[in-house]
Amino acid sequence: METISRPQTAELEERALAIRRDIIEMLVEAKSGHTAGPLDMADVFAALYFAVLRHDPQNPEWEERDRLLLSCGHICPVRYAAMAEAGYFPREELRTLRKLGTRLQGHPERVRLPGSESTSGPLGEGLAQSCGLGYAAKMDGKSWRVYCVTSDAEHQCGLHWEAVMFGAKNRLDNVTCIVDRNIIQIDGSTERVMPLEPLAAKYEAFNWNVEECDGNDVAAVVDALERAQRFKGKPTVLIAHTLPGKGVSFMENDYLWHGKPPTKEEAAIALRELQPAPNGSPLPANAGAAGRSADA
Amino acid sequence: MREVETISEAQTRGREVSDGESMQLVGYANGAKVAQKPTRDGFGEGLVEAARRNRDVVAVCADLVESTRMQAFSEAFPERFIEIGVQEQLLVAMSAGLAMAGKVPFVASYAMFCPGRAWEQVRTNMALNETNVKIAGAHAGVSVGPDGATHQAIEDIAIMRTIPNMTVVVPCDSVQTRKATLAVAERWGPTYLRFGRAKSPIITTEETPFEIGKAQIFREGRDVAIVACGVLVHNALVAAETLARERNIECMVVNNHTIKPMDDASIVGAAERCGAVVTVEEHQVHGGMGSCVAELLARERPVPIEFVGVQDKFGQSGEPDELIALYEMDAPAIERAALRVLERKRA
Repeated sequence: METISRPQTAELEERALAIRRDIIEMLVEAKSGHTAGPLDMADVFAALYFAVLRHDPQNPEWEERDRLLLSCGHICPVRYAAMAEAGYFPREELRTLRKLGTRLQGHPERVRLPGSESTSGPLGEGLAQSCGLGYAAKMDGKSWRVYCVTSDAEHQCGLHWEAVMFGAKNRLDNVTCIVDRNIIQIDGSTERVMPLEPLAAKYEAFNWNVEECDGNDVAAVVDALERAQRFKGKPTVLIAHTLPGKGVSFMENDYLWHGKPPTKEEAAIALRELQPAPNGSPLPANAGAAGRSADA
Repeated sequence: MREVETISEAQTRGREVSDGESMQLVGYANGAKVAQKPTRDGFGEGLVEAARRNRDVVAVCADLVESTRMQAFSEAFPERFIEIGVQEQLLVAMSAGLAMAGKVPFVASYAMFCPGRAWEQVRTNMALNETNVKIAGAHAGVSVGPDGATHQAIEDIAIMRTIPNMTVVVPCDSVQTRKATLAVAERWGPTYLRFGRAKSPIITTEETPFEIGKAQIFREGRDVAIVACGVLVHNALVAAETLARERNIECMVVNNHTIKPMDDASIVGAAERCGAVVTVEEHQVHGGMGSCVAELLARERPVPIEFVGVQDKFGQSGEPDELIALYEMDAPAIERAALRVLERKRA
């Protein structure tokens, strides 16, 4: 069931494309960083910043804002690009990624960058912080929501499951955990390194509401997040099935792009691919990963 | 609670020379009957009081409500009390989230588990992230007793004081722990408050001043400065008393309750006056309060230093007093250290 109109979907897809282009340009300039995860989460971040979140880029500390925490701090280029696209800071600042004195640290720091909401990088901690925020919001009768973006591999961390238990116990239906289910981590497939499946069943067993969608389909992401907003009594996890390196043919589905940046030459090719399609559809043919089996 | 409030001779001397500021100690000399109470009791009392003063104070506990003395808070403020079970990493990371929403979370476990188990969460979520979380580390030191080495945190000061933005406070008795809890609640910043399990002598009074970051001269002297923290401050005072009575050696006793930010001026002043220092802590001698003092004095005022503490060993089961004696942190061990450092001073 689509709840957003076609024009809005097209706009979100354009935003996602712009975010992907900025990710490539940032990483080639930074000469280090992660590529596959940021690219595959561009659609989710476009959906969050341009359709779902209650926020004000001119007032990043607005008290009633929804909180978006990036638990897997290493994919911060996608967040920085989305924030610049939304107007939190000038796009030119993206070129300072990972450089001395920058607000755009290699892993995000809340104190340096207003609106980044948390300091993250060590995996498995974002949902714990998110649950603390969600708990405090309920204590104070606040209506703002908490969104936490996690990687799939950080579901190997014990602390993450401590937070899952806490969220269920306290019925934190104002917390939504989004999983970037791209099935890769530094050392290879998550299912080879340390299997996570059946992931949805794990969350169900932990008493969470579970949503799944194609994480590279912005309309599907928006729909799922809106269903999560309406769901009462349990926190929701959205397992977003994504294609690592999404949008750049030679990066897609190759775990080696998890933790390295493109060279100038590779970036030039990537940017040529990340163009609006001539037929008016803003994205090249969708190679979405919905429904892929976990042992891919 | 208090049985006797004898003002000892030593205390009277301390009053006269500590820049006019009365430390108002109760008697601590050998033979004086001093009331005893675990420092954790002071935390429990202070926490309830802090919560009465500030509605943003919340308490989070990892399945140790009674023994960390959060029971009274949980009964007085059930809506502000959060039980999370055996999840010490969550204790810190989730509480950072509470703090980001404006709460002032006090989180409690045994020091071995928090900060021990949760060190990286402390570093990233509290210190780097600048969240106003207060860790109450109960059951620190070998005086935990029969539980044995697994539960005796004697490395916690070291791992906490190396973290930027962190405040580390080790009060000397239950009365001071109550005051420290209130002070910690009122002062913004990530903080580690350390206390012990066993009953320990109450040496300060309600009137004794307390300020985070301000060391206290509990006894004046010119021969050796004994810089102590935590429940061993009492042993330091007893040792000083004995040395004065039996050997005419006058020891200054400094209660160095704030290990970070340390009161550098007072420590340097004590070293200048005495020319020799003994540090005393219920902690490994490597990396703890003594190391802080040594680092400071090596730079500012090099003098001979002896370190009373655990000498790179683990604890074991036993009664608190037996263990304090076995690991050479009792008053006679402090006396021996003072004599050693005096020899080096005279050499």
